[in-house]
Amino acid sequence: MKTYEMVIGLETHVELSTKTKIFCACTTEFGGAPNTHCCPVCTGQPGSLPVLNQSVVEYAVMAGLALNCKINRRSIMARKHYVYPDLPKAYQISQYEQPLCEGGWVMLDSGKKINITRIHIEEDAAKLVHQGGAVCIDYNRGGVPLIEIVTEPDFRSAAEATEYLEKLQQILRAVGVSDCRMQEGSLRCDVNISLRRQGEAELGVRSEIKNLNSFVSVATAIEYEYERQEEILSAGGIVEQETRHFDADTGTTSSLRDKENADDYRYFPEPDIIPVVIPDSVLERLKSAIPELPDAKRARYVEELGVPEADARMLTKYRKVAEYFEEAAAGVKTPKTAATFIVTQMFALIQTEAERENWSPPVTAAQLNELIKLLESDKISRNVAKRVFGQMLESGKPATAFLTEADLVGFNPASLEPLCRTAIAENPKSVEDYKSGKEKAIKALVGAVMRASQGRANALEAEELLKKLING
Amino acid sequence: MTTIADIKRLLTEKKASCRELTQRYLDAAAQTNPVLNAYITLTAEAALDAADAVDKKLQSGAQLSPLEGIPFVLKDNISTKGIRTTCASRMLENYVPIFDADVWESLKGQNAVMIGKGNMDEFAMGSTCENSYFGGSRNPHNTEHVAGGSSGGVASAVAGGLAVYGIGSDTGGSIRMPASFCGLVGLKPTYGAVSRRGLIAYGSSLDQIGPITTCVEDAALVFDAICRKDPGDMTSRGAEPVSGKLTGNVKGLKIGIAKEFFEGLPDSIGKALDNAVSLYKKLGAEVVSLDFPMLKYVLPTYYILACAEASSNLGRYDGLRYGYRTDDFNDLNDFICRTRSEGFGPEVRRRILLGTYVLSAGYYDAYYNKAQLLRRSIVVEFAKVFTGCDVLLTPTVPVTALRFGADMTPVEMYQTDILTCSANIAGLPAVSVPCGFDEKGLPIGLQLIGGKFREDIILNTALAFERETSGAFCKDSGMGVTL
Ligand SMILES: [Zn+2]
Repeated sequence: MKTYEMVIGLETHVELSTKTKIFCACTTEFGGAPNTHCCPVCTGQPGSLPVLNQSVVEYAVMAGLALNCKINRRSIMARKHYVYPDLPKAYQISQYEQPLCEGGWVMLDSGKKINITRIHIEEDAAKLVHQGGAVCIDYNRGGVPLIEIVTEPDFRSAAEATEYLEKLQQILRAVGVSDCRMQEGSLRCDVNISLRRQGEAELGVRSEIKNLNSFVSVATAIEYEYERQEEILSAGGIVEQETRHFDADTGTTSSLRDKENADDYRYFPEPDIIPVVIPDSVLERLKSAIPELPDAKRARYVEELGVPEADARMLTKYRKVAEYFEEAAAGVKTPKTAATFIVTQMFALIQTEAERENWSPPVTAAQLNELIKLLESDKISRNVAKRVFGQMLESGKPATAFLTEADLVGFNPASLEPLCRTAIAENPKSVEDYKSGKEKAIKALVGAVMRASQGRANALEAEELLKKLING
Repeated sequence: MTTIADIKRLLTEKKASCRELTQRYLDAAAQTNPVLNAYITLTAEAALDAADAVDKKLQSGAQLSPLEGIPFVLKDNISTKGIRTTCASRMLENYVPIFDADVWESLKGQNAVMIGKGNMDEFAMGSTCENSYFGGSRNPHNTEHVAGGSSGGVASAVAGGLAVYGIGSDTGGSIRMPASFCGLVGLKPTYGAVSRRGLIAYGSSLDQIGPITTCVEDAALVFDAICRKDPGDMTSRGAEPVSGKLTGNVKGLKIGIAKEFFEGLPDSIGKALDNAVSLYKKLGAEVVSLDFPMLKYVLPTYYILACAEASSNLGRYDGLRYGYRTDDFNDLNDFICRTRSEGFGPEVRRRILLGTYVLSAGYYDAYYNKAQLLRRSIVVEFAKVFTGCDVLLTPTVPVTALRFGADMTPVEMYQTDILTCSANIAGLPAVSVPCGFDEKGLPIGLQLIGGKFREDIILNTALAFERETSGAFCKDSGMGVTL
């Protein structure tokens, strides 16, 4: 066992996907020529006033509900002051006292609860662009709505931290409040990490690693920081409380500023924005708008639809894939067949996270549904279905475009019994094995039936009939 | 003195065209401004364009809206698209806004004739208008004296006959004090009655735009024209129009007098106020004695809150996007420091430092938080006051117009706000009405403070006084346009 235990808390910034910015009517669309999505408000012109976008409040409340938070029915905005060119007013409108949401949690697969201290809403800063020795400011991002999700120091490993982040990403995507794209900066993470001797209750001195923008960076930064602090402590040294920067190229962290030079944000209540009040009716409406969340969906797929756990996990990881699956599996006898088609053949074709997240496959869910129904009605065999599905994925055409006369001959259920009897007669060894208790021996007989029927027989029915015939 | 009704009459009776009248005001302004320094910028083009539109309308026989065609002055901290808006600061000397303030937007829509942008204390911080980067405004009743602050240029232009009415802003008395010093009516509306969008912020929770006029009825007309609920200002709520409600009858009205507001007054002011009280009694009002023990906390509360908000609001002036930029610097931090040190005047720098200090870690609870608690107590105290009376009567300023260039410490200067700033702290409407003259002939003002959104009561009380005294205390300065 290691001498030191790591104690980690996360602060995650998530861009909300509202159409307009948090305090003005400018679009939040990513990209766009520099400074084309801005106005007097989000560039901090003298005399401009912020008007709080109610959609931002609603999106944040939905995030809070999905993360099991208590929603404060009255919260207030606050000004957080610091001087930097990306902040045109020299203060960021955020929340300090009385945030919108408090006290939630996310459950890890191990059953461990990660507690959420608070969620508050705030505006994003503008972006500094370094261009040939000059620094340019692009205000397109300035004023894009963010939620900051702060956890308790509940993590004890990098794996727990990344699992939490993945769950957070899946939950927020499922609720539809953010696309959580780390590569576009719509999900960014600060890590607070300290070490203490195993079994000790008191927290050690922490360092804060700012602005991590991938799961790998989070894990690497935590591991690096653990080793750095462990080295200091083992040598009898003292860890400094400081803010550190992570360099993704080297996988190391370096000091940004120490405690002495920490910013004094001089928070005070924002006088330009009236308190945020959430009436009963709005809260009820938002509660009822929360869709089934990934963990619940996964459990349902396994328990009610008979989908294997691993497949269910893949399907529920992406909101659009889950939606696709449910449409493809609608009204079929074996939903797990739909799951198999998606997780094997489709995922082999659609491989990147972004593609799966955006999910616009060449085959529509209705087409897949139709194919499964053909299979289940014994009009085509499983082998034919697999082949045809591959062709559908290549071409985007429906199953009927590829089914030949031969494929569609189907299988006459009346011919199953003669085929089974032939298989029994021709494979006495397998019959003996089965009779002597080798359950698996039946598979060889099923295989013989399938071969004889050119794959068109229903394997399950063949197995049942074989058992019946052997057992008399 | 010229009123809105006077101009309206000339226009509707076709005694003069709006263009002719406007030109007379522009000429007078060009001629007299070097003496009064009331205007920072004259806006002849905007004025004449509006005047032509009014003349066209008159020719077509259409009715004019209340402020249509009336020459006025707009304080230079209210944003005017395409017309520079300086806040009387070197920082914004050449700043041209890209959007209109809500107030200017509605006035422009009514063909109001803007003669120019009124001088003021830099960023509205001051009580004499001497903190202007462009030099102070003079008092038309005696140019050796100040016009008052911070809306000094607006009061100077109106009292000096260079505009018929003016629009100022009031954070701790900046409308009422210059109105009092210049013998005019000045109304600070209830917080939220008028949109602050486009008003360059000083103390956001205290700032309110309002009129400075030559008579009470004009104050009501202008108030009605500018108050509205603006979706672009979350703190704006609009207000009911008041002009139609004014009767001048105060029979049975309960007027509260709290002795704390009358302590240490010069004889002339005390006497003028006594006369006013007697007159109200004569008119059938009931005078009630009250206590206002919180008054001693009003000034520190005000300066802590106003400076804290100012330090935040003025953080944006870093020279990166607009405004003054230093041309001598080493790096980004040095650029920002020098830009701000050179662009702001001493009083603005002082208040930014004070405000930064009271919000700092370790001092926040001792200052800002305490001031917030006191603010709540002051609100409660006023609520108690208005259970016992309808309107509170006080002097507006404990002094008359100071001599230009008088040597005062900042604290002495801050004390001149003691009677006005409580209305801002509590967000209440208050009006200053001329009620006498001191031994030098300088105007004295009385202040009426009302409950929230009771502009109707305070203006009606003011109107009763003005009528009974036949407007004798709104004395013509003899300058500017005479009709
Ligand atoms: Zn904008």
